[in-house]
Amino acid sequence: MSFRLEMRENASVGLRLGVSLGAGIVALLLVAIPVLFAGGSPLTAYGLMVQGAFGSMFALSETLNRATPLILTGLAAAVAFRAKLWNIGAEGQLYIGALAAVLVGSGLLQMPPALLIPTVMIAGFLAGGMMMVIPTLIKQRFGADEVVITLLLNFIVILFVQMLVEGPLKDPLAMGWPQSVPLLAEAKLPKLLPRLRMHWGLITGVVAAIVLWVMVRKTVLGFEIRAVGENKAAARFAGIPVDKTMLKVALISGGLAGLAGVGEVAGVKGYLSADLSPGFGYSGIVVAMLAGLSPIGTVIAAIFIAAVFVGADSMSRATGISNYVADLVVALSLLCVLVGSFFLRFRLRYDRKLEA
Amino acid sequence: MDVLFDILGSANFWAAAIRIATPLIFGVLGALICERAGVLNLGIEGIFVAGAMAGWLAVYLGAGLWGGVLVAALAGALFGLLHAILTVVLGLSQHVSGIGITLLATSVSYFTYRTALPDVSTPPRIAAFQPINIAGLSDIPFLGPALFQQTPMTFLALAFVAIIAFVLYRTPLGLAIRAVGDNPASVEAQGLSVRGLRIGAVVAGSALMALGGAFLTMSAFDAFFFGMVNGRGWICIALVVFASWQPGKALLGALLFGAFDAFQIRLQAQIGQVVPGQVFLMLPYLLSIVALILVARRADYPRALLQPWTKGQRH
Repeated sequence: MSFRLEMRENASVGLRLGVSLGAGIVALLLVAIPVLFAGGSPLTAYGLMVQGAFGSMFALSETLNRATPLILTGLAAAVAFRAKLWNIGAEGQLYIGALAAVLVGSGLLQMPPALLIPTVMIAGFLAGGMMMVIPTLIKQRFGADEVVITLLLNFIVILFVQMLVEGPLKDPLAMGWPQSVPLLAEAKLPKLLPRLRMHWGLITGVVAAIVLWVMVRKTVLGFEIRAVGENKAAARFAGIPVDKTMLKVALISGGLAGLAGVGEVAGVKGYLSADLSPGFGYSGIVVAMLAGLSPIGTVIAAIFIAAVFVGADSMSRATGISNYVADLVVALSLLCVLVGSFFLRFRLRYDRKLEA
Repeated sequence: MDVLFDILGSANFWAAAIRIATPLIFGVLGALICERAGVLNLGIEGIFVAGAMAGWLAVYLGAGLWGGVLVAALAGALFGLLHAILTVVLGLSQHVSGIGITLLATSVSYFTYRTALPDVSTPPRIAAFQPINIAGLSDIPFLGPALFQQTPMTFLALAFVAIIAFVLYRTPLGLAIRAVGDNPASVEAQGLSVRGLRIGAVVAGSALMALGGAFLTMSAFDAFFFGMVNGRGWICIALVVFASWQPGKALLGALLFGAFDAFQIRLQAQIGQVVPGQVFLMLPYLLSIVALILVARRADYPRALLQPWTKGQRH
């Protein structure tokens, strides 16, 4: 008997789902090791995490609140990666989107909410989008790799925001805290339910996922994105405007990350500060990969990753085990789903004949 | 103009430039070895964190300083091995694996630090490496304090530049490593293992990267802080393109970068009242982007970079 690897033509939906689910489960199981090292009981820890993430209406609201930016940064990564545009700059794009929301929504424009909220969102989308269009243009004009540029831009943008909230944008009424002037009440996203933090950004995220799903499957742009992602040379040969398609992808991808920033400012905090995002941009990459770059899957993967973070915080408060457990699960999920993708490309075959 | 000459004329400035360049020298050399063999290692940022934490923790728990350096290198090698298994053996996306390694190495380091030291408010310190005086060189006026008052790790980094340049260009192993990143089929035709060479290069390169991290906690500072690596790894990925994958140019790039950084810190002291501090802090990242754009068109990427290899593959 011997093993043999065989190329798969197409992986079924069931197999794709299985790989994603399996990756999440294996990542959770592997984290039992560090939990044991920290002197905790994995079963108790898992129980506390589930309870902390889903155990009450409040817990569920916190999880969905945390999932909101992750859905959008996840979609940002998913649409870009599909076109093989390596946008690792969602973190910076999120901050620029949030900044645009504050610039437009803190008194510059006086409008009723029905007008101001969409205006703020469009501003955030465009600002985030430009933040990805620029590196893409640089790549097309100068051939400089977008991975490193978007990564480095994250640091620049956060320093830029820090400079603004300590300087010209600083709220004089914030008792010296480095935070921006607050958004007008008319610019804020309404809460979904009274006394809970969930806000309309969640609906925005789900709608964005559905729009993206339709776009990828049913529109010419969606077809072009898939074609460019699969084989750039062939796409160009077939007459697809590759550079233009990439720029559209960049605008959409950066824009979605910008919307995540709008949601955090207009839906949760009400102002901008340099600690607005605990790495939502980077976690978005994991969300997208866990979802197999599927827009609808992104919503589910975002809720999973959000639950891990919220659950780990609550578990950490109860047991004293460091909440970096959540970051471990996130990192391991990414690596597990990557290994899983190996089985989407190949199948393992046994050959019994050789032995006989 | 006077400010400029004051800064450039002080031995202190040149010493700082070399000090700032040291972790970058380790990092660029590490990235260079990986990429010369055809593997992009975006795990570098996390491997820096792992090296910084592991080396420091080993010394804090009682190991000697060189013992700490060894532990850091081993930690880096381990993450490098994982990256090699995913990208070389399984042929998976080097981008995604690298990001995954960075996330994993960072979270493992932070988790270990928090678990080992649950209730410290100020980061504990170790007795870090001190500057040494090699054969009285440090006593030469101006040049001594400018160039030779460094810790042993800086001299180690400089030694690695020479060693790696020698191995890459003067030994059969170096020829094989360069070929495996340019034309793996030719290496296989020689009867050598493409995968073996690549795995070895990624493991060795990652160990070097970790030394860059270890320099931060064991030489530049004497404690571990969260977020202390702060993009240094990514800067190395930009610098290696700038250095066109050559050890000598990598040293030059890192030194230029160190000089620029040391310069902006001193300039900040002079005109910091007029310009916000963040502008200065942004400069290293901006400089890396500019450097990347300037050389991008001429950059001679290893031709098989990012391309997995299956045994017996034909083009």
